[in-house]
Amino acid sequence: MMDEGTELSLTIAQIVQRLKATHLHSQIERQAKECLHRPEIQLESLKEDVRNFLKASGWERKLQNAVYRELHVQPLPSHPAAPPEHAKEPLAYMRKAQVNWEKRILKSLNSMCTELGVPLARKRPAVEQKELTNKWNEMGTDEPDLSRFRPVYAPKDFLEVLISLRNPNHDSSEEASAKSHWGLIQVPLHDRDIPQMREAYSELSLTTGQLGIDDHTHVPPDLFESEHTRIGKKVVNEQDSAAAQQYSRQGCPTGLRADLWALILNSTNEPEDVMHYEQLKAGVIHHDLLVDNLIYKDVKLTASNDDYYFVFEDFLYQVLLCFSRDTAVLEHFSYNSATPPKSYIQGKVGVEEFAVVYPPNGVIPFHGFSMYVAPLCFLYNEPSKLYSVFREMYVRYFFRLHSVSSSTSGIVSLCLQFERLLQTHLPQLFYHLREIGAQPLRIAFKWMVRAFSGYLSTDQLLLLWDRILGYDSLEIVAVLAAAVFAFRAENLMEVTSLTSAEVSVPRPQAGRLSPTHTHTGFHSGPWLLK
Amino acid sequence: MSRNKTAGYKGPYGYQKRREGDGEWDFNWCDVGWLRENFDHSYMEEHVRICHFRNHYELTRKNLMVKNLKRYRKTLEREAGRIEASKCDFFPRTFELPSEYHLFVEEFKRSPGSTWIMKPVARSQGKGIFLFQKLKDIMDWKKDGSRSEEQRDETQVESYVAQRYIENPYLISGRKFDLRVYVLVTSYIPLKAWLYRDGFARFSSTRFSLTSIDDQYVHLTNVAVQKTAPDYDPEKGCKWQMQQLRRYLTARHGTETIEALFKDVDNIFVRSLQSVQKVIINDKHCFELYGYDILLDQDLKPWLIEVNASPSLTASSQEDYEMKCCLLEDTLHIVDMEGRLTGREKRVGGYDLMWNDGPVYREDVNLETLGSACFTANTHLGCVNDRKKQLRQLLKPFPGKKRI
Repeated sequence: MMDEGTELSLTIAQIVQRLKATHLHSQIERQAKECLHRPEIQLESLKEDVRNFLKASGWERKLQNAVYRELHVQPLPSHPAAPPEHAKEPLAYMRKAQVNWEKRILKSLNSMCTELGVPLARKRPAVEQKELTNKWNEMGTDEPDLSRFRPVYAPKDFLEVLISLRNPNHDSSEEASAKSHWGLIQVPLHDRDIPQMREAYSELSLTTGQLGIDDHTHVPPDLFESEHTRIGKKVVNEQDSAAAQQYSRQGCPTGLRADLWALILNSTNEPEDVMHYEQLKAGVIHHDLLVDNLIYKDVKLTASNDDYYFVFEDFLYQVLLCFSRDTAVLEHFSYNSATPPKSYIQGKVGVEEFAVVYPPNGVIPFHGFSMYVAPLCFLYNEPSKLYSVFREMYVRYFFRLHSVSSSTSGIVSLCLQFERLLQTHLPQLFYHLREIGAQPLRIAFKWMVRAFSGYLSTDQLLLLWDRILGYDSLEIVAVLAAAVFAFRAENLMEVTSLTSAEVSVPRPQAGRLSPTHTHTGFHSGPWLLK
Repeated sequence: MSRNKTAGYKGPYGYQKRREGDGEWDFNWCDVGWLRENFDHSYMEEHVRICHFRNHYELTRKNLMVKNLKRYRKTLEREAGRIEASKCDFFPRTFELPSEYHLFVEEFKRSPGSTWIMKPVARSQGKGIFLFQKLKDIMDWKKDGSRSEEQRDETQVESYVAQRYIENPYLISGRKFDLRVYVLVTSYIPLKAWLYRDGFARFSSTRFSLTSIDDQYVHLTNVAVQKTAPDYDPEKGCKWQMQQLRRYLTARHGTETIEALFKDVDNIFVRSLQSVQKVIINDKHCFELYGYDILLDQDLKPWLIEVNASPSLTASSQEDYEMKCCLLEDTLHIVDMEGRLTGREKRVGGYDLMWNDGPVYREDVNLETLGSACFTANTHLGCVNDRKKQLRQLLKPFPGKKRI
């Protein structure tokens, strides 16, 4: 193990290296050069003065935000002798499971390709390119025949993979007892226990003000809401990433959320970001990818049928089609247990120089994928900004929801956390559901994979995602899932089958949890933590 | 106390068809046709209630609404000046045809290239509406002295209004929408009006563009029209709840801007009701639930499209059904046949008292607060509607409570 000092120097060196290549670096360099003309810059105290200038003009803050962002996407520090795959995933059996899963997905994709006689990628003829350019803002009006395409996989397929995970070094031959784990996930991962969570999530305690609870109509606004909003405005003015993240733990006011999230994610909309987006758009126009059809199908099946998000159909295409072509996304695979599928130029299979990642961003969309983007349309309506925010959310959080890993924010940990919470605090309910063949995870899994998108009303969902950003962790998703079950415990004790259990768990009108449930969820969260 | 409903509305109280010749009712939820035929011949006891005002059409027929608004505006300008009168500029330039044809042509020529919308005065659900940009499209409505008496009698054209089309509507993801808001009036003199917190935004199912003015599916947002559009998918739904819209707009434009917008919307309700206050035949037996159609433009200015005396109560989804049931329930609470209210309430269920012979404020106006400058209007359109809780507290049996 490296000592802390060396670790820190290494991290600093890595970050400096990464930032050197960015536009921000050249901007600050230019600013530093130009400021030399200013009267307050004296030769004797050059370094000090330039530094002060950069601080006063806000450039230091921008740099701080950039560094802060890098810290979020750093792979875990590891021993210098460790192979790179350890940064992706330290546990060998998890890596193996992920590799096998990827093989299956790829096989499914390739067979669809062969079956349908559709190439993985094809250049569009000029006429088609022109048509698409004209229709760019209303791709939703297109009604291509998608009946032959099937989603490559659905969350429930992935659940089966997780259920079959076993640690070969773990002796699970003991007889099942009250002490053993009753749930579907049978891997011995370490999760935070209640006292630890209570400490970590101290801002969610019942005694601290929360948006979503303490801004309700009967609570006078000057008790919490007004002051919280005032602080929020200040944070936005200061343009401070770290402060925004801390602030978000208590929820973001509706009018400030878009700016706050962009700050936390360090998503800028500078000319180079817009240009990058336009390049991706050009890529979409020139080439047609097989995965595009998967995206169309997914949007049509999920977001377009959603009461809240149907309006944003066109935005979803504009974001997801570009996302598929963004090779910048490949960077995140250094800390993602997944590996992008590779395809080889004809005749050169196995030769690395002729390897091509497919799709270009290495992410194969699954059924429900578009729901990661849909809630963001509520906040941003400039495609390049929307894109920038989504991409950052994906490479920080969403990728963990569909890859096999031991990370505390990974889906495996979330499932385990969910089951453990339920077993510890609602053992009677868990036992009952197990007996009737309605394992709770089978119901809650789809909520967690989507981080509740489509299962909560938009305002509730955004409040949840406020906390995901605030705590830089998806753990709260597992806590909420458990809280939902806790809220419906009485009803669930009466059900006699999986189907009736599904129905009994809150799925009102639009198939959503109601604000009361999440309200209780947030309350129960801390309650559970108590 | 018997309750009869004549229209086919499902409600918490159920309904029975009126028996012919049956004049014994305490509460009548009738349609305007019945009203027209029977109101004048019905004797109503003190406690009886009916859901329309005799001459509601002064507000709900497009040509009369505009006539009343124009007249009210003139009066306001004369009495209170230009600025006050400009608060009535929430309806687009409108002319009745054929009677105001020449005035219309003058205006038409003043704005070349503009788009206009023609609407029959008395039809609903988007029927008979079309857009035009050239005068020749509306030749039938030309008031022409050259036509012979015979010709004129033979081909009576239906009365229409020509209205300047709002060419820059506020779009969400390229789609146009309008707002349906519910206002309950229980008296015109003095004016007492309630605003319901729920409502919805109706989206057109296709993207907005001025190049296809023949495509009524692009421009008309009535659900009735959208239902017949070729790509209409009933599963899709084309409505957002008012809360959803308000949150979306607030996220995009900030709290202050949107609060100002909703204040402007309140202004539309109040002014439109004031404009017909002196014309409507006030009757203590009458109340009326209006469905207001409001359109927003890109500058976030709200425009009044029309007022409906019989807003549709058919539901397009489960959510919609529940909203409308609650709306009706709360309407009945306010009509208060059971005599449970004191008459001093500022809120009943999802309704907030918007106007009570004067503006109604959230804050209690008394000697202490009179000095302070900020009073907020008692309206909560698109805000949280925790009506069940409020009703439980309001209708709690309280010893000695009397109705005033």
